[in-house]
Amino acid sequence: MKEMPVILMNVILVDNFVLAKFLGICPFLGVSKKLDSAVGMSVAVIFVMLISTAVTYPIYMYLLVPHGLSYLQTIAFILVIAALVQLVEIILKEYVPVLHRSLGVYLPLITTNCSVLGVTLLNIDEGYTYSQSLVNAFGAGLGFMLALVLFSGVRQRIERNDIPAAFKGIPSTLIAASVVSVSFMGFSGVVDGIFK
Amino acid sequence: MEQYVTPILIVAGIGILAGAILTVASKFMAVKVNEAAVKVREALPGANCGACGFAGCDDYAASLVNDHTVKANLCTPGGSAVALEISRILGISFEAAEGKYAIVKCSGTFDKTNYIMDFRGIQSCSANKMFYRGRGACSRACLGFGDCVEACECGAIFMVNGVARIDKLKCVGCGVCVKRCPNHLIEIVPSELSTYVGCSSQDDGAKTHRICKAGCIACGKCEEACRFDAIHVKGNLAEIDPEKCKNCGMCAKVCPTGIIQSNRIKKSQLRRVNNFSRK
Repeated sequence: MKEMPVILMNVILVDNFVLAKFLGICPFLGVSKKLDSAVGMSVAVIFVMLISTAVTYPIYMYLLVPHGLSYLQTIAFILVIAALVQLVEIILKEYVPVLHRSLGVYLPLITTNCSVLGVTLLNIDEGYTYSQSLVNAFGAGLGFMLALVLFSGVRQRIERNDIPAAFKGIPSTLIAASVVSVSFMGFSGVVDGIFK
Repeated sequence: MEQYVTPILIVAGIGILAGAILTVASKFMAVKVNEAAVKVREALPGANCGACGFAGCDDYAASLVNDHTVKANLCTPGGSAVALEISRILGISFEAAEGKYAIVKCSGTFDKTNYIMDFRGIQSCSANKMFYRGRGACSRACLGFGDCVEACECGAIFMVNGVARIDKLKCVGCGVCVKRCPNHLIEIVPSELSTYVGCSSQDDGAKTHRICKAGCIACGKCEEACRFDAIHVKGNLAEIDPEKCKNCGMCAKVCPTGIIQSNRIKKSQLRRVNNFSRK
């Protein structure tokens, strides 16, 4: 159990999915304009990452590996995640309409988001156990949320300022994203130091 | 041979299984969408302004369908045309929508009053209001940054001489600006009422007169002039009762500071606009 906090902190701060691995950049730039939509999107991502890890891991271990088909993981995972998210959306719509209304817009958006697919594939690559994979997926979602919430604050500050016309909109956003990403490099080695 | 068949079977199997589950799920858990609600929602303008008192057009449409005591004429931006459409869909009796529009209860233009500071912060009324009650000499003055202009989706508000003015012909009475004004200077009134008091100051007459030449000094001349008992001075400020006011304009004539204003629109002008919005 000792490695769980290491995995968690590592995936949130050091190997942040958005800022260090550059996965999920599309929602990172698209949904970070406002704080409340950034939080809504991140909660949906955490949710989807967790359930897709919970489902794809057994499929890989007990269906693909015994038949020597581990090369099929990408296409099988895409298929499973897409179906799963659709199913979750239908269930939410029926039983928890309030949650559906707040998450609903974002759920279809992340059906085949690369960060969701990425976390399931990386769990396999890293050789994590089932529980470690779940922690890793949860941490990846939290890291996504951290990046989005931080960046939505940065963007709101940018929009308040008078910037040259050529940099307005996406150019200034991309520059700011790179600066935030560089700042996260400062965390490298921190986790190893804490949990030595 | 097996190395080709197994992967095909497994991927196809997962696909078919997922498809089957989704089909079953969507069949058994399909949320029954009320067709009438969809139609009503389409009839509404979709401004989500909240003038009807519900949280957006979707909520209003759902309430209309589920509860027949909810009136169909609450949508002010849509007006009577939308009310007619809704009552036709739901099969309930039609009541014309009461026209409404917004008024600005401040007349403190640059020649009447002054700013007491040179505000360099974020250029918006709400930011300025947080800083020592705003830049106006009067604490209930139009701050002139135009938060309401920005909020208005009809382009009906514009700034004249530092005070927001509303084009009655363009205003649909949605009340988005009312929520935005940090000084609560904007009010929604019935279209029939064309006389209004252009001041919100509740300071006493002497102080109001010292800081603004266009403020209500609570002299009470309008009260005496009114033959319908429709205007009264309450808390140092004249107020018009929209139900009693006949828009005769007597109060406006006697007001020494000239803040009782009239924005009567000629009948022909109004008809043209109404025809336009119906199309």
